[in-house]
Amino acid sequence: MNILLILAVVFGTLVLVRLANVAAIASKLSEENEAAEQESANRWNSIGMLTFLIVGLITMFYLINAYSPLMLPVSASEHGVAIDNLMSVNWIVLIITFLITQILLFFFAFKYKFNKNRRSFYFYDNNKLEAIWTIIPTVVLAALIVTGMREWNDITNKSDKMEGLKIQIYAKQFVFTTRYTGADKNLGKTNFRLITDANPIGVDSTDKASADDIISNELVMPKGGEIELVINSRDVIHSVYLPHFRVQMNAVPGMTTRFFFKPTMTTVEMQKETKNPKFEYVMLCNKVCGVAHYNMKMPVRVVEMDEYNKWLKSQPLVFPLATDSTTAAPTATIAAATTVLK
Amino acid sequence: MEVTPNKHIAHSAHDDAHGHADGHHDHDHDHDDNFWSKYIFTTDHKMIAKQFLNTAIFMAFLAMFMSLIFRMQLAWPDAKIPFLEDIIGKWGKDGKLDPGFYLALVTIHGTIMVFFVLTGGLSGTFSNLLIPLQVGARDMASGFLNALSFWFFALSSVVMLISLGVESGPASGGWTVYPPLSALPQAIPGSGLGMTLWLISMVLFIASSLLGGINYITTVLNLRTKGMMMTRLPLTIWAFFITAILGVLSFPVLLAASLLLVFDRSFGTSFYLSDIFIDGAPLDHAGGSPILFQHLFWFLGHPEVYIVLLPALGLASEVISVNSRKPIFGYKAMIGSMLVIAFLSFVVWGHHMFITGMNPFLGSVFVFTTLLVAIPSAVKVFNYITTLWKGNIQFTPQMLFGIGLVSTFITGGLTGIILGDSALDINIHDTYFVVAHFHIVMGSSAIFGMFAGVYHWFPRMYGRMMNKKLGYIHFWLTLIGLYGTFFPMHFLGLAGLPRRYYAFTSYESFDALININHIVTVFAIIGGLSQLIFLFNFYYSMRYGKKSVQNPWKANTLEWTAPIEHLHGNWPGALPEVHRWPYDYSKPGAPEDFIPQTVPFSETPESNTPHDQ
Repeated sequence: MNILLILAVVFGTLVLVRLANVAAIASKLSEENEAAEQESANRWNSIGMLTFLIVGLITMFYLINAYSPLMLPVSASEHGVAIDNLMSVNWIVLIITFLITQILLFFFAFKYKFNKNRRSFYFYDNNKLEAIWTIIPTVVLAALIVTGMREWNDITNKSDKMEGLKIQIYAKQFVFTTRYTGADKNLGKTNFRLITDANPIGVDSTDKASADDIISNELVMPKGGEIELVINSRDVIHSVYLPHFRVQMNAVPGMTTRFFFKPTMTTVEMQKETKNPKFEYVMLCNKVCGVAHYNMKMPVRVVEMDEYNKWLKSQPLVFPLATDSTTAAPTATIAAATTVLK
Repeated sequence: MEVTPNKHIAHSAHDDAHGHADGHHDHDHDHDDNFWSKYIFTTDHKMIAKQFLNTAIFMAFLAMFMSLIFRMQLAWPDAKIPFLEDIIGKWGKDGKLDPGFYLALVTIHGTIMVFFVLTGGLSGTFSNLLIPLQVGARDMASGFLNALSFWFFALSSVVMLISLGVESGPASGGWTVYPPLSALPQAIPGSGLGMTLWLISMVLFIASSLLGGINYITTVLNLRTKGMMMTRLPLTIWAFFITAILGVLSFPVLLAASLLLVFDRSFGTSFYLSDIFIDGAPLDHAGGSPILFQHLFWFLGHPEVYIVLLPALGLASEVISVNSRKPIFGYKAMIGSMLVIAFLSFVVWGHHMFITGMNPFLGSVFVFTTLLVAIPSAVKVFNYITTLWKGNIQFTPQMLFGIGLVSTFITGGLTGIILGDSALDINIHDTYFVVAHFHIVMGSSAIFGMFAGVYHWFPRMYGRMMNKKLGYIHFWLTLIGLYGTFFPMHFLGLAGLPRRYYAFTSYESFDALININHIVTVFAIIGGLSQLIFLFNFYYSMRYGKKSVQNPWKANTLEWTAPIEHLHGNWPGALPEVHRWPYDYSKPGAPEDFIPQTVPFSETPESNTPHDQ
């Protein structure tokens, strides 16, 4: 890597040396040479335009090809696959547009270089052409808007319809914590004024629903489960970013945000898919939240349902010692209470 | 057209035309040789333009230098950067960049580039220089307010520079300064005194921008010379005019957002704060919403993108037409599309907030309005391309930058269609894809427009020519540097790499991407160093450049009818009269391939069309 740095410095120095030469030469040029000089500049720069176009396009396709193995693997969530498909459709439209416009731009620049024996075509308006390039983009964009909105509605409208497997993600400066529901399928209320070292997310112990809540420092999800992330923050804005699942939602202090999705591949399956036995999902903080923002993350695993249940049992309750208090009723009572609530 | 400038004639003519405006010009010319009145407390729009430009060049180099420091950190996170400690002191101990200062660098880089370079520098320079000269006015409607606008800008720059030196560090929550991070010094050291200075600086900046904007609008509407109908204005003026309106309508909202943030920070209010537990204690703030700030910020923030971009597009329109020796294609469509873009820019701000927890239905509305922006943008692109078609292109440096602008405007604009699609935004929001997008569409295009403007109007500003060969080298290295820096960033973003990360070393899945970061940084260094060529050329030519002729590019617009020497009032005799639109290039039948706006149709029977008169 240092070689690159040195190369860059050497290159820069060379440029500066060359520059001084050019300035010296240029100052000697007299005015008679100006027209000839401009003609030569026109020639070289128009060739430059064509060269840039060709080399640029080749480089672009080379990079797309070379970097495709580095891109995110196939989506590990149901909606993520739809997003990826939508993305592909968009890319096709955009790359075609990109090619047409850039090729016309640089090719015309190459072709119509100055010639003193020629006049430009005095062509300043044409309603038909203007209509063409207003209507075609409109139609194409209408298609993109409609498909994009449909996808967006599918992803976001779930919050009204479904009851997911609630998992709270609680963010504070540089740590994520997760909270799972117990048998009652509900998370107890939280209040930031109740936060203590022993109760880092301020769960309200007087809320019945909190008695069987489970706390963890990793995000484990069952494959095929309808997950409802319940996202909160206690200090600044963070963002829950799960790139492998095409999931992202900000964690905002003072309000609750949600994201519904369904993981479709276990960690093991993804390891096979990526042919990388060390592959692990990850959750990152993706909204600048302080000095150690770049290290704020949480391990993520997707496992089969029975393994998930087993794992959940092994995790501590939010109020592990509260068995004798009135708030933490025996499991059977909670189950009964839940039934009543429903 | 060699006219000996006669200041007394100039002033009497001036006073005839604008006797109502001011008496201070008479006062001014008595002190023409005084350094203070000529360079510092001037009210002459041409000098103010130069003040803006030189300040912006200084700020741009500073911000670019910052970007090179953090680019090196990103490419070689484990390396020790030599001399770093000598440059930035305790923030670079032993050649290691401090993670907090990294955030400060990206924050101040963004702030300086967006506001001080591409808003103050671009609009400030060229609106000031060109509005009076191209509409045929003696000066701005109010020279005093104009001078005040620059001095607010200068003061604001100074405050921003001071903030770099405070002990707890400059503002470091990103240029968007989202609270609560920016409101709580407990959350990040930069939110202490550094943030206070940032806010003071922005308030001064907004004052500067409003004073400038009001002046630009008034001048365009009221001080056009005889015959200069709105439909005969060069597209540069239309662009500055629309930009000024955008600024006047949107900057006050940023002022409101900033003031509320000041209240939250210093006076215990809770506009943006609620339910916060930090530093081992709950805060008393209750009932506010951080999302409110984002709405207010982006209500400015999105029009701001066009405040940056439209002047660049206007400059490019003029430069491309002049150097293609061809009328700009679709003059009215160009104006129309700018108006549509300007209108839409006020109803798309929510696309910055798709994943903040904003109501998803609102998200859909913003997808719709956002993607509509692509239509007028496409019209503009095709009009530029058609202007080149069958043109007769003189490859001057400004023309190259004009073509470069169209190219980056296309490249960056297209990725905007992806980011504006909320469903697709979910996974690339706040990744390097966004960084790539806006640096290409807004950063590169705007700076290309600015360079095109500087090369084209340098003779108008300094009476000398910039060196073309250096200009060519500067262009090609800049073009390659910019694409080499920002194009590979798309891949980083698609691989899920978050922006504003100090290092990626603790993420194994990102290890393979370090190669891309090397490429990006090397090209950034190339692009950065090549700006030294420009710097040299600019200041060298100012002093030693070849003397300019009055109309070096054979252009039609009014500024080239004024004498090379700068004088108050611009034209020594009466103001020029305008008889035609500014784009009569290569008109069939005309002896020359250009007909200045001052030439009446009666003098050009050979080229008149039935259409004319």
